[in-house]
Amino acid sequence: MKAGVVVFPGSNCDRDMAVALRNAGADVQMIWHKDADLPQGLDLVAIPGGFSFGDYLRCGAIAAQSPICRAVVGHAERGGFVLGVCNGFQVLTETGILPGALLRNNNLKYICRTIELKVATADSAFTQDYKVGDSLQVPIAHHDGNYFADADTVARLEGEDRVAFTYGDNPNGSVDDIAGVLSANRRVLGMMPHPERASEAAHGGTDGAAMFRGLVGQFVAA
Amino acid sequence: MKARVHVMLKDGVLDPQGAAVKHALGTLGFTGVDAVRQGKVIELDLADGTSEAVIGEMCEKLLANMVIESYRVEVL
Repeated sequence: MKAGVVVFPGSNCDRDMAVALRNAGADVQMIWHKDADLPQGLDLVAIPGGFSFGDYLRCGAIAAQSPICRAVVGHAERGGFVLGVCNGFQVLTETGILPGALLRNNNLKYICRTIELKVATADSAFTQDYKVGDSLQVPIAHHDGNYFADADTVARLEGEDRVAFTYGDNPNGSVDDIAGVLSANRRVLGMMPHPERASEAAHGGTDGAAMFRGLVGQFVAA
Repeated sequence: MKARVHVMLKDGVLDPQGAAVKHALGTLGFTGVDAVRQGKVIELDLADGTSEAVIGEMCEKLLANMVIESYRVEVL
């Protein structure tokens, strides 16, 4: 699999993301936000966590207007895979690739700790190596992770089995405990928790590794 | 010309910052504050003749997130 990790000013999980993808066997290159085109032949674009453009205006809002994001939208529209983690999820909602928005945590605090994450669907390249109901230990580190969408949108996401992950004990006020959602074609995943920070033993847990294994593995098999 | 854009969370979207401000006003002894909603004000210096339609486009593409926010434009 050929993967690219987008780097914005203020990204801080870009190298963690690259390492997790490489450990799973992907050929990874970094992509600068001012590039207007993606490298040829990418299977996956990963948008990492951090505080792109200092979270000015709204989290992810400025990044979503950067040249590379227009290319990422095109990649998603062509059926390419996209993974957005934390700030990457905020960027994907700001571009409109994924529905909803991420609001300030309901307790107004920046939360940085390991939480219980439940797998809500195994029907995606990202979650195929998990089983529905699996309980994972994955870190979160965000101030604006409170997922919001109107009731119709949430009903549609749930009806189409597009909620990928939910929180065991909702830390931030997200509607219906939603921690991650899929696009209609199931090839774009946005999630607030950080699987790349739970992907090797030195991290204190490896529950996130199966996401990268499953995702990269299906290209190896193909 | 100048324009002032007011961006507010839509009704029905929980505003935890507004709730915290309301709580703090109560702590200071102010009574009768039923609710607080916090938004933002963005001032634009624009070329003369910029139409309200163009300003509206600026709001919908960037200044407000229409999933959670509404906006109001005041041309000064």
